[in-house]
Amino acid sequence: MSATKLVFALFLGSTATIASVQAVASPDAARQRELVHLVRQDCGSCHGMTLQGGLGPALLPANLKDKPMEGLVATIYYGRPGTPMPPWRQFMSEAEAEWVVQQLLNGFPH
Amino acid sequence: MRSILSFFLILILAACAATPQRGTGDLGLVIERANGHVTLVDTTTRQAYARIGGLGDLSHASAVYSRDGRYAYVFGRDGGLTKVDLLEARIVKRVIQSGNAIGGSISQDGRIVVAQNYTPGGIKAFDAETLELLSEVPAEYAPGQFSKVVGLADSSGNRFAYALFDGGEIWVSDFSNPTRPLTQRFPAGRQPYDGLVTPDGRYFLAGLFGEDGVAMLDLWQPEKGARKILENYGRGQEKLPVFKMPHLRGWSVAQGKAYLPAIGRHEVLVVDVATWKEVGRIPVRSQPVFVMARPDGRQIWVNFAFPDNANVDVIDTLAGQVVHRMSPGKGILHMEFTPRGEQVWLSARDDNKVLIYDTASFQRIGEIAAESPSGIFFTTRAARIGF
Repeated sequence: MSATKLVFALFLGSTATIASVQAVASPDAARQRELVHLVRQDCGSCHGMTLQGGLGPALLPANLKDKPMEGLVATIYYGRPGTPMPPWRQFMSEAEAEWVVQQLLNGFPH
Repeated sequence: MRSILSFFLILILAACAATPQRGTGDLGLVIERANGHVTLVDTTTRQAYARIGGLGDLSHASAVYSRDGRYAYVFGRDGGLTKVDLLEARIVKRVIQSGNAIGGSISQDGRIVVAQNYTPGGIKAFDAETLELLSEVPAEYAPGQFSKVVGLADSSGNRFAYALFDGGEIWVSDFSNPTRPLTQRFPAGRQPYDGLVTPDGRYFLAGLFGEDGVAMLDLWQPEKGARKILENYGRGQEKLPVFKMPHLRGWSVAQGKAYLPAIGRHEVLVVDVATWKEVGRIPVRSQPVFVMARPDGRQIWVNFAFPDNANVDVIDTLAGQVVHRMSPGKGILHMEFTPRGEQVWLSARDDNKVLIYDTASFQRIGEIAAESPSGIFFTTRAARIGF
């Protein structure tokens, strides 16, 4: 855990159960572009560049809206054993995975 | 009268000059995956000569050729099937044949083009001349259960072999009667992810993702069923993560050996094609995606999955090891050899370029601008089984 995150967690203290969504700062603009490129091009190898699915399932808002947020973030971050979905944690933080899920739910940027 | 005649003579000459006759043996196309374009290229001049748009979603596109090498059939991700005339540089015909496609193949006699689909899972056969639908084989492996189809390959007698990712089977459909295909089914193994047919058209191999091994079917004796080769090549060790599925399509059989990408291991597996036993494994820099033999079989070129897709390793089949390591560009997605292998063309997606290398000296000898290039397909594929 980075120092900033630790301080932040301590600061939250008893209110740590507040939805972590609000606690997550968005990646900066340059990093957002990198993540968009990663999702479109590299996640796109299996899920399609337009995210309409391929060997992996479609990742459009309609496909994801009923799935729990934490599960989606965990799928990106830790992968899904027994399926071809690998863990992406060496390429992004958990907070960034959460940002990616939020974008997917809202309709992913180009 | 004489002046009228000479006028017509000039007209005829001008018409000839405008459309010089030429063959197609040194032509090809490059898929521009992000914007629905293909760039047409000439491997003799090493130049692009035309660019065509309107092919839909080409984010995972591939192409096969008519037997005269004039027409390319481009299979798009969105289920589009587009017939492109390489000489006139135009789209001849385009149909949307499914919701989500992954590639296709052309029959031995060149009359049937077959598309393989993820959604709805199955294959569809089209008249190569008109793109009219002839028949389809839904990949319904259990009642109401449809599988994504992978690895479609042409075989003799207008048969096509393919694998069912969800169904774990290899199917062989015989289109001798193109409107009434006959299909045989063979259990293969867990999660076949792609397939290839050997250059002689005899063996169909399906790489398995869900287990260590490759399923193999002898298409000369299909009644013997599919069997496993390279079983337990991972030796029970934990797999490394696979950030992009390898592709088997393309000949990777050279000098009596098949060179295959391992799954979850940074190795190329070497199999003796006579005995189908593993005879070696060659360490490479990352998870291999394409493992492609130069047409003469002397070299094997290997590209890699994300995040190592800037790299290419070249194996010398005589030495049995990597003899050249290069980092030619960003996002090397595909490689295509000229007909006799003196050049290789590499698509560098994130550099928006196709890079041309001399395969003997490994020197870059040219480049072509292309937007997010992916697959490169030369017309020599027209005459090759499995391409």
